[in-house]
Amino acid sequence: MTTASIPVGPAPRKLRLRPQSGWQPVNFAELWHYRELLWILAKRDIQVRYKQTVLGILWAIVQPFAQMIIFTLLFAGNGFSTDGIIPPVFYFSGSICWLLFASSLGNVGNSLTNNQSLITKVYFPRLVMPIAGCVTGLVDFAISFLLLIALMAWYHVLPTRGLLFLPLFIIMAVLASLSVGLWLSALNVQYRDVRYVLTFVVQFWFFATPVIYPASMLKKHWEQIVVSLNPMSGVVEGFRWCLFGRSAPGPMIAVSAAAILILLAGGLFYFRRMEKTFADFV
Amino acid sequence: MNDAVIRVRGIGKLYEIGERSHGYKTLRESLVSAVRNPFRARAAKNNHNSNGSSAEALAKADTFWALKDINFDVHRGEIVGIIGRNGAGKSTLLKILSRITDPTEGEIEIEGRVGSLLEVGTGFHPELTGRENIFLNGAILGMKRAEIAARFDEIVAFAGTEKFLDTPVKYYSSGMYMRLAFAIAAHLEPEILIVDEVLAVGDAEFQKKCLGKIGDVARSGRTVLFVSHQMAAVASLCNRVILLDAGEIKAIGDCSEVIPKYLVSESDSAQIVNLRHHTGRVGTGEVRIVEAAIRDKNGDLRNRFNYGEDIFFELTLERVTRAPALSCTVEIQTATGVPVLHLYSMDDPSWEPVTVSDTQKIRCMLPHCDLYPGVYNVSMWAGASPQMHVDWVSNALQLRVEQGDLIHRGFDMNWKHAVVHKQSFWRAAEETSCLPCTENAHANTGFTRVE
Repeated sequence: MTTASIPVGPAPRKLRLRPQSGWQPVNFAELWHYRELLWILAKRDIQVRYKQTVLGILWAIVQPFAQMIIFTLLFAGNGFSTDGIIPPVFYFSGSICWLLFASSLGNVGNSLTNNQSLITKVYFPRLVMPIAGCVTGLVDFAISFLLLIALMAWYHVLPTRGLLFLPLFIIMAVLASLSVGLWLSALNVQYRDVRYVLTFVVQFWFFATPVIYPASMLKKHWEQIVVSLNPMSGVVEGFRWCLFGRSAPGPMIAVSAAAILILLAGGLFYFRRMEKTFADFV
Repeated sequence: MNDAVIRVRGIGKLYEIGERSHGYKTLRESLVSAVRNPFRARAAKNNHNSNGSSAEALAKADTFWALKDINFDVHRGEIVGIIGRNGAGKSTLLKILSRITDPTEGEIEIEGRVGSLLEVGTGFHPELTGRENIFLNGAILGMKRAEIAARFDEIVAFAGTEKFLDTPVKYYSSGMYMRLAFAIAAHLEPEILIVDEVLAVGDAEFQKKCLGKIGDVARSGRTVLFVSHQMAAVASLCNRVILLDAGEIKAIGDCSEVIPKYLVSESDSAQIVNLRHHTGRVGTGEVRIVEAAIRDKNGDLRNRFNYGEDIFFELTLERVTRAPALSCTVEIQTATGVPVLHLYSMDDPSWEPVTVSDTQKIRCMLPHCDLYPGVYNVSMWAGASPQMHVDWVSNALQLRVEQGDLIHRGFDMNWKHAVVHKQSFWRAAEETSCLPCTENAHANTGFTRVE
C-alpha cells in the first residue's frame, strides 16, 4: 500500500492542553481553519433533509405557502391591516422571513445534541456545529424567495430601491437565530428540556413579531417598545420595507440590531464557557 | 532522536458520578438544587475557577477521579500501547489527548498534527452515498478537501467498494461499511496518531489489515498511541506499554515487563462487575446487562478456577423499555482475542427465553471447565435472535483458569500450548495397526466428566 505523501496542514506547532475555566475568547483563526468542515456539515444537513421524500425540495415552500393562504383567509378577510400591501404578498413575505429565523433557530438549538457522536469522538471547534446549522435554513429561504418573486410578479408589485438592503436583513435574521440558538444549544447539552422549550419559544415569539400584523398597527407606546425590543421585529419590518417601500422603520431596526449583537456576544461567550464540558455531558 | 513529542504532566480528570448515572439533568433538578444550596454551588464553582491546587476540594462524595497524576513522555516515532482493564481510564486519557475533553488538572504539550481515531466512521450519515461520506468523514477527521480528493481513488481501492460509490451507505453490508470507514481513516496522515480499540470490530482479516496499516504508519516515522485489550496486537506493535489501573499509571516500560503485570492484575479481584458505564457494547438497548459475576458451585464469587471445576456465570439484566423475550450468550476469548467458547442459552433444551420486567438474573453453568490455564476474557450478550443484539458487552469480565487436575502432567501447561483440553486415548500400536482402543474409550478413566 502506498500513500501519496502530500504535505498537509500547517507546519508542526506546539499545542498546550491544560484545564480551562471561566470565560474563553472566541478563536476566530481556528474557526477559519475549520471552514471546510463547517461547509461540509451544512452541506450534509441540506443533502439529507429531503432524501427519500416525494416532493423533495418543494417542501421548502409548502409551509409558507399554506400559511399565506390561511392568514389571507383568516385575517385579511376579517379586516386586519396589511399596511396597504396586497395581503398574500404581505403574509408570504413575513412568513418566509420568519421561517428563515425559526428553522435556523431549531437547527442551531439542536445542533449539538444531533451531533453527539461527533462531540464525543472528534475534536474541532464546537462553534462549527451551530454555525453550520444556521447556514442550512438559507437554502429553504432561497427557494421560497423565488416563489415570493413570482407572487410579486403575479400581483404586479414592484420592488423599491430598498431591495439593495435586503441581504442585510437576511443576515440579521440568521444572526438573530444564531444568537439565541447558541444559548439554547449549549443549554441543550445539559438540559434536554430545551428541546421542548424551543418549540414553545418559537410559537410564542411568532405572535410577538409583526408577521401577521404590521408594526404600524400597534398604537400604544408600550406595545411599540415591547415589539421593537424583539430583535425579529426590526428584521421582518425591515425585510418588508426593502420589498415594498412604505415608511422606513429606522429606530426599530437599530434597536433590533443592537439586541442581536448583545445576544450574539453573550451567546458566543456562554457557548465557549460551556464548550469544554460538552463531551462529558452530551 | 530522543525528543518528546508528547509530554504529559500531572494530568487528572474528575467526573461527577451523579451526572453520569442519572443521565441527563433536567432543568428542574438544577433549579431545585440551586435554590436549596445556593452557597455550596457557588463555592464549588469558585474552587473550580481557581483550579489546580484546590481541585482537591472538588472531590466530594459524588465525584471520582477517572485519571489521577498521569505523567509520561512519548518520543518521536514510538508506538506506545495503553492497556488496562475496563474503567482504568484509557479512553479518558485518549479523549484528553485528542482534545475532546479538558483535563481537570495538569498539562500536556503536544508537538505536531494530531489525528485521533476513537471510532471508525465517525459522522457517517446513512442517507449519504459512499462518495459523499468519504468527503464528510475525511473533513471530520481533519483532512482538507484537496487532500481527500487527491487520495480519493486510493481510499476507494483500499476499501474495495468501487461499485457502490453512489449508493447510500445504509444499503451497505456491515463489512463494506467498516472497510470504507477504515480506508478513510487509514489515509489520514497526521504526525501523531491516536487509536482506540478500532480493531475490536470486524473479522479477523479486517483486523489484520488494520494492524498492518498501523505498523506502516509507525514505520514511516510517525508516532502512534494505541489502546487495546488484545495483548497479542500490543506485543507485536508497541515499543513501550503504559498500564493504567484505576486511573493511575501502574507500570510503564517494555511489553515483556508490563503485559504480564496486566494479566495478573486483571484477575485478582473477584467481584460483581458493574457494567453500567462499560463502553465496549453494542445493541439496541431495550434491556441492558448491568452486572456480571462468576461464582463457583457454592455460590461464592470467584474468578480463579481450577481446571475441571464447574463455573457459574451470572448476568443481571435490567429493563430499560419494552423488550422481546431474550436469550443470552457467554463468550470466552483468550487474552489475545481468540474466541474459544460460545455458550448459548438456546443450546439448552430446557431454556425458555425470558421477558425482563424489572431486573432478572441469568445463570449459565459451564460444567467441568476444560480450558488450559490462563487468563480469559468473558463477553456477554443478550438478544432476541442471533441477528438482533439487544446488549452485547465485550470483555465484561476476566476468568483465570489454574492448573488444577492438569498438574499431573508434571509441567506448567498454559494457554500458549493450546486452549481447550480434550481427553485423548493412546497406545503403542502393534505392527498390524489398528486404531487405539476405540472399544473401551468410554470406560477409560483418569478424567471423569462431571455432569
